Amino acid sequence: MNDRIIFEDISKFYGDVLGVNHVTLSLPPGITSLVGPNGSGKTTLMNLMTGLIQPTRGHINVLGMTPADPAALFRVVGYCTQFDSFPRGVTGFEFIYEGLLLHGLGHTQAGQLTSEALHRVGLLEAAHRQVAGYSKGMRQKIRLAQALAHHPTVLVLDEPLNGLDPMARAEAMALFETLGRQGLHLVISSHILEEVDRISDRVVLMTNGYVVAEGNIHAVRQEVREQPMQILVRCSQPSLLASRVFALNHAVEAKLHADGKGLLVRTRNLDQFYELLNRSAAEGLVEIEAVAPADDDVNSIYQYLIGSEGGQS
Amino acid sequence: MTHKPAALMRSLLERPWRLWTAQFLTIARIELRKNFFTARGFWVYLLAFAPVAVIGLHALLGHRGRIGEDTQILAGIFQFYYLRLAIFFGCMGIFTRLFRGEMIERSLHYYLLAPLRRPLLVLGKFVAGAITATAFFGLAVFASFLLMYGNFGPAGIEFIFGAGSRHLTAYLGITVLACLAYGAVFLALSLIFKNPIVPGMVLMGWEAINPVLPAMLQKLSIIFYLRHLAPVRVAADGIFALLTVVTEPVPAWQAVAGVLLLTALVLTYACFRVRRLEISYTTD
Repeated sequence: MNDRIIFEDISKFYGDVLGVNHVTLSLPPGITSLVGPNGSGKTTLMNLMTGLIQPTRGHINVLGMTPADPAALFRVVGYCTQFDSFPRGVTGFEFIYEGLLLHGLGHTQAGQLTSEALHRVGLLEAAHRQVAGYSKGMRQKIRLAQALAHHPTVLVLDEPLNGLDPMARAEAMALFETLGRQGLHLVISSHILEEVDRISDRVVLMTNGYVVAEGNIHAVRQEVREQPMQILVRCSQPSLLASRVFALNHAVEAKLHADGKGLLVRTRNLDQFYELLNRSAAEGLVEIEAVAPADDDVNSIYQYLIGSEGGQS
Repeated sequence: MTHKPAALMRSLLERPWRLWTAQFLTIARIELRKNFFTARGFWVYLLAFAPVAVIGLHALLGHRGRIGEDTQILAGIFQFYYLRLAIFFGCMGIFTRLFRGEMIERSLHYYLLAPLRRPLLVLGKFVAGAITATAFFGLAVFASFLLMYGNFGPAGIEFIFGAGSRHLTAYLGITVLACLAYGAVFLALSLIFKNPIVPGMVLMGWEAINPVLPAMLQKLSIIFYLRHLAPVRVAADGIFALLTVVTEPVPAWQAVAGVLLLTALVLTYACFRVRRLEISYTTD
């Protein structure tokens, strides 16, 4: 199990205040998103994983290493925290370069990796300016560059999209997707659920320090059985399809789209609905243009489970 | 049994000493730059060089007493100002900032997220702090000494290169020891307390009443050992007389060993303590 990040019955209390409680997770390579509102425990979980805080109870294992051994851990882990602060007076280049020297790298290699990381986040031109003069988006980028400069296999990113403009956000997302495909572990917390949703291999939904659901996002949605699934069908005869849907025992709702070319169906039995849809198409009753789940995104799942909008912590 | 020392030696040689040395030097270099070349160290310059300015002004105005009298004055400046105030507060400022200051600035986590052993961080920061404090106060004491005796012309020069050189060596030696010992204590305090100023003031009180404490308790302080290394006894009156009581003479080697041992013990504790250090900026 050395390719996994394992949380084994982890609890963390700040005095009497609960950080996280009884968290047990086993994260394989790929992109894992931590989702939850303020104070749900996402940052606490990340800080525990990187040894910035110690658990009150339980054990953490990151690819066979413990956070209590930073000398080994941070050879393979990079952590971009939420703290928007920097050592005084450093330039962007020095910020990354000195971090690499702490890895024990020589000046030449550290310089090369620094330039590479700066290029990756598009900050080469501003490299020799003081970080204190950077915009918020640039500061976010330089922290991201520092976290990935040493080519880690585990990248922990706490709200990495904060402060980025739409273009930079799209670039960052593309970078995360590339890193995820390369087999890295990416653990991301974000409140921009739509974007996280698009790139995540799995989600961990948290509230009040507890993990309420985890796994592949579509599988998690299927497990929320008390909430009917929503399917949007774009087709030629939506009213005809609606009348057939109502004949199903598990259909809860069928709503015609305003443009007359779509139907939103809520059903408790997805298989039965798809069977009907296929039959209708095969019989030539309707011409189907597109079928898409309408609520198996992180935000919907979060609303079903927690009863509120997912948000940052 | 005979294999144990050999195994220990082999184990020591297998440690990544080159990596540790490189990391140690990087930490020390980063910290030295922060200490010397940022505005935050400005007040320590003032603290260290204030007497230099006063003695320099005194010399510039042509005031000249007797060498013996000025030797007493310099001894008083060193023992009452430098040792009990300037070096004490200077070290408090320099060494508490190494960890607690970076907690307040929210930048300490960058060190903790690097692949280095935390005790190495303590040692790197401590050495940088010690070099800074020693440079500030050593230079200031040296300049004070030169200005004080240089004012006497050829007689002063003769004193500087003659009997005075022993005084200067002692003053500089005490300065280095004071910086090491107070530095280690304040560094450790900053790892234990969120506000190390309060325990620092308690320490100052303890150091101040040291001469009037029972002999056993006197040994549990830094000033006890440093006082015994002073080259000149200060003849003090009134309340200052309390600060110069010497109850039990201590040989110089014991005093030096005592301070170094205390420094080593406190640093060992700090190295142990830093392993459990948590980043909780929101509560700091």
